[in-house]
Order: sequence, then C-alpha cells, then structure tokens
Amino acid sequence: MGLNRRNFFKLLGVSGMTLAVGKTANAASTENATVEFYGILYDSTRCKGCRGCEYDCADAHGFPEPLPAKDIPAIRTTNETCNTVVNRYKTSKGEVFIKRQCMHCNEPACVAACLTQAMHKTKMGPVTWDGDKCMGCRYCMVSCPFDSPKFEFHSPNPKIQKCDMCFERLKTGESPACAFNCPNEALLYGKRRDLLKEARRRIYEKPDVYLDQVYGEHAAGGTGWLYLSPVPFNELGLNNSLQQSSYPALTTGFLYSVPSIFVLVPAFLMGIYQATKNNTPNGKEEDE
Amino acid sequence: MNSSYQIGQEQDGKAIWKFLISELKPKGKFLTPFNIISIPIMLLGLVLIVIRFWKGIGAITNLTQEVPWGLWIGFDVVTGVAFAGGAYVLTFMVYILNMHKYHSIVRVTVLNGFLAYVFYAGALLLDLGRPWHVINPIIGNSFGTSSVLFLVAWHFLLYMIAELIEFSPAIAEWLGARKARKILSGMTIAAVIFGITLSTLHQSGLGALYLMAKDKIHPLWYSEFIPVMFFVSSIFAGLSMVIFEGSISHRVFFRQISEKNQQAQHGIVLGLARICAGAMFAYFFLQLLVFIHGQNWHLLNTPMGLWFLLEMLGFVMLPMILFYVSYRTGNIRLVKIAAILAMLGVILNRLNVTVIGFRWEMAIRYVPSWMELVVTLAVIFTEIWISDG
Repeated sequence: MGLNRRNFFKLLGVSGMTLAVGKTANAASTENATVEFYGILYDSTRCKGCRGCEYDCADAHGFPEPLPAKDIPAIRTTNETCNTVVNRYKTSKGEVFIKRQCMHCNEPACVAACLTQAMHKTKMGPVTWDGDKCMGCRYCMVSCPFDSPKFEFHSPNPKIQKCDMCFERLKTGESPACAFNCPNEALLYGKRRDLLKEARRRIYEKPDVYLDQVYGEHAAGGTGWLYLSPVPFNELGLNNSLQQSSYPALTTGFLYSVPSIFVLVPAFLMGIYQATKNNTPNGKEEDE
Repeated sequence: MNSSYQIGQEQDGKAIWKFLISELKPKGKFLTPFNIISIPIMLLGLVLIVIRFWKGIGAITNLTQEVPWGLWIGFDVVTGVAFAGGAYVLTFMVYILNMHKYHSIVRVTVLNGFLAYVFYAGALLLDLGRPWHVINPIIGNSFGTSSVLFLVAWHFLLYMIAELIEFSPAIAEWLGARKARKILSGMTIAAVIFGITLSTLHQSGLGALYLMAKDKIHPLWYSEFIPVMFFVSSIFAGLSMVIFEGSISHRVFFRQISEKNQQAQHGIVLGLARICAGAMFAYFFLQLLVFIHGQNWHLLNTPMGLWFLLEMLGFVMLPMILFYVSYRTGNIRLVKIAAILAMLGVILNRLNVTVIGFRWEMAIRYVPSWMELVVTLAVIFTEIWISDG
C-alpha cells in the first residue's frame, strides 16, 4: 500500500516536471507491488540496557567508541558521531530502556524532501544517504518527524549521518550489527509483516506485560522499526501524537496543484492580455 | 567600484553585466555614511564566509541538529524572496493589465528583483553544506521530483532567466544593439507570463517547504494554507518594498521619472497603496478564517498567542488601515509609514514560521549568532551596493 502511494507520488512529480519545464525525468519505477520491507522489532521488556548495540553500531560505522555509562546522561539523542543511543527512563512500571535511531519510515519525509534523491528508500526497507548526490541543504532534517538525520556542522565536507540499518551488511545477507549482536534478543530483524505478527503474538501471550500497542505500526504512516513496551510510549520519549498518515502526503496537495497552475495561469494571463492590449490610451506601444 | 567602471569602458564581449553595473553606479562621493557602515561589515562578512567554508557551518552559526535552518534561510531567502515579489506584481499590472501609469517603475523593479534573486541564491550557497553538488537537481539523473525544494530550486533558476529576458531590452538599448532589442522586446510578454506563473508557484512553494514540519511549528502559524498565505503576502510585501525603495533611493527613481512628473510619481505611490490595502485585506481575512478553523482560541492567551496578535493587529491590520486612509486622503508620507509597517509585518511573519515559531517548545532555543547576523547584513549591503550604488 505504501509503495503504491510512493509510485503515485513519483508519477505526480514527473508529470508536474514535464509540464513545468518541458523536461522528462525517467519514471523508472520498476518496483513491483509485492516488495516487502525489512525492519527490526525492539522489545523494551527484554532490553537490559547493556548498550552493546551502541558499541556494535559504532564499530560497524567507524564511529568513536561510546562513552562508559558513568560519563553519560540518562537521556541522550543520536548525533553525527553516534547513530543509536539506549536511553533509561524511570516509568510507572520501573526502569525501562529504549533504543533510538532512524525509524526507516515506509514513506519517509526525508526522501520526499530530498531534491537530489540522496535520501533513498531502498527496496529492502532501509533509508540510505548518498554523499555523491547530497548538497547539504538539510531539508531532510527539517521534514523528519523523528529528527533522525544528523548533520556534521563542524566539517567543511559535511555528511548526513543516521542509521542505515547496516545496508551494506544486508546486501551480503547478514542482519544489522545491533540485531545480530544483541545478547538479550531484544532486537529481532526480519520482514516487517512477520515482525508485526510476532509483536502481536507477544502482546497476546503476555497482555499484562505489554501495552497493547506496537509503536511504528501506524505512526507517520508506518515505520521499519517497531517498538514493544510495558508503558505508554510517551513515557519513553517517543512522540505518540504523530499523525498516522505519511508525512509526504502533507505536500501532495501543493505538488498536485503545480501542473494545473502551469496550465491554467498562463492561459488566464494570455486571456487578460488579449482583452486589455487595445486599451492603450495614446497608442504608444514601445518602452519608454 | 572604480575597477568595474574600467571594465565597463573596455566593452569586451562578456562585459555586458559589468557595463550594466557601472551604468548604475552613482557618480558621487565615496565616503558616505552608508559606505562607512557597510564596507567594514562587508569585509567582516567576507572573513566569516572564509571561516564557514574552512571550518564548517557550525563554526559561525548557532544551528543545531533540531534547528537545521536558521536566519540565513528564514530571513535571507524566505523573507528576501517575498520582498522581491514586486517584480511579478508590477509586470502583471503593466504588461498584462496594461496599467500604463506604472510603466515608468517596472524596469527598475524588475532589475531590483533580479539582483535580489541573484543574491538570495548566493546566500543559499553559503547555507548549503555541500554546495559543489548544487547543480545535481538541475543536471544528471538526481531529480527529486517529489520534493517541494526541487520545485523551488527550478523555479528560482527559471525565474531569474525570465527576469533577465524581461530586462534585456534595456541592456540591448544601453549597448546600442537595436536589432537585438527588437527581438528581445518581442519576447517580453512571453517572459512576463512565464515569470508570473513561476512566481505564483515559488512564492507559495517557500511556504509549502514547511508543510512537513507539522509538529515543529507553533500551531498558530502552521496550517495547510501556509503556501496560500505566503503567496498573498508576497503581493503587498513586494509592493511595499517598491514604495520603500522609491522613497529612499531617489537617485534611481529620479532617473526613471523626471522631476516635472512629481505628480505622476505621487499617483503611482497612491495607486500602489490602494493595491496594498486590498491585498492586505484579503490576507487578513484569510488569516482570520484559518485561525477560526484551527480552533486555537485557547492559545491566544499565551506569550506566543500575544505575539501572534501583535503580528496580526499591529503589522497587518494597522498598515492595511493606514494604506487605505493614505489613499483616500492622498497622504504620501502615510503611505511610506504604512509600507514600512507592512514590511516589518512580513519579516515578522516569515521569521515566526521559520525561526521564532519553529521548535518553539524547546528548552534551549535557537538564537542566531552575531556572525550569522553580520553575514546577513553583508549580503544585504552587497546587494544594495550593486543595485543602488
């Protein structure tokens, strides 16, 4: 379903461009409707907060090693040298850990925002960034409802950093470093459809342990990362009031109007011009 | 200053632009108060720009991961483009509606609009982290066609070309190329229609950029009608700028309008005041409708709500009334006051959407650094230098 809407978007943009500047971009959407996204299910009841995933992530992406627990605050955000953090929250049901990183939305706002296709939703599901295309405008950061893309503000050759779900590893058939190494099986990598089933199974089997909600199933139109928790998600710093539909849909109306404006406005202006051009009071046509 | 003059006199092929600049240079003193203030700021701005490309954007700005766009986008680009809207409104009035009264100011406005766009595009380059890839959305296979920014980028480029064509008969005239002038004049109407259409879309497109930042902008300023608001407000923003420029840069104005036509100039200013009043009424009414539909009454009695009321009443309704009264009474001074208030209102509105109301709930707010301000001022001063001398 998500894919269909994306295709629609592409078609829309292409037709808009064709009308707008007379250039045809290739509508090479060969994705077929049966493509399934992969994702990761995070079960906060299983996470012991060892932060091993932070170390594995830093290792897999060549980032500096994370600081030991005694040197860090309980609540952190990801940044340009750290793609994932595990935060500790004191909640109504005791201490709960939560891992944060890019959510890999089904219909990512950052991808819709990107004017160079540097941000790309791969067919497997991860949202990746291409430094050869990016011009560093940071519109992805403005648009992302989760604030996932991070920018190297202190580099003359800045990159956008965010979790890429270890796309290089996925291509060779491996699973993401964090999910592969998690000692508590709090992270489960697989097809998003299967992960949702698994999440529902866990909630069904232990209704007293889990909150009856899978965060990411609907938030922002559905995300690749899915979360299970014993407490309401806003107690864990996750925004539970995000819209359920996709963020790119917010600009559909505007983009949709572009082709019609490009046809109607010039026609309208030509009409007025023709109607008024003989109104010249003293017959002077030239400038000055 | 002097060097460009010499190049202009050399008349080599690519010197058209320099020639144009030298034609517009004032033949006055060098040490004016404006120069004494602007030259040090421009030099300091240049140093800061070097630091920015050497150490990264974070070295001179206060931008954060949560607030990635600050003053340079919110003021230089978003507000600046609104003020450049006078060009499309005037070309519409003169070339499409055949309102000959305004013919004398249309050229200088288009030139100012063109220069403004050149400088905003330049300011945009400063804000790009990887500016060497700026041509990617124009060439190659990297068309991000689902992006509003893609649309805006293309429109900036095409609009600059359209404005150049609109202005080119004047260049051909100065160069004495009569045949070229005739051809270019013939293209004017097409360029005008194209330019107005592009303006409709990119003025609103700048607002549409913020549509996906739904959870980040204060609800009093966020609505799905931001694009419409930006478009309507660009009409009186641009015309207020034309009135304002006309009142401060007499040199430019007087070259276009001879002194004996003082009366005609007053007629123009009052006519513009009437149009501003009308456009502001439409804008105010739209804002009112959106506010009522948004059901945000409870937000009015908060600091941000009072700030919103100040913008709407003090800098939209008040200048609207002043424009109307000044038109009815023929008071030129009142028109200028109204124009300044309306411009402040547009600055306020654009900054409220892009900077002040953006991430308004965060504990540590983004406040532009003094270096961002200096670079912004340097960009504005350079533009004034080129356009007014």
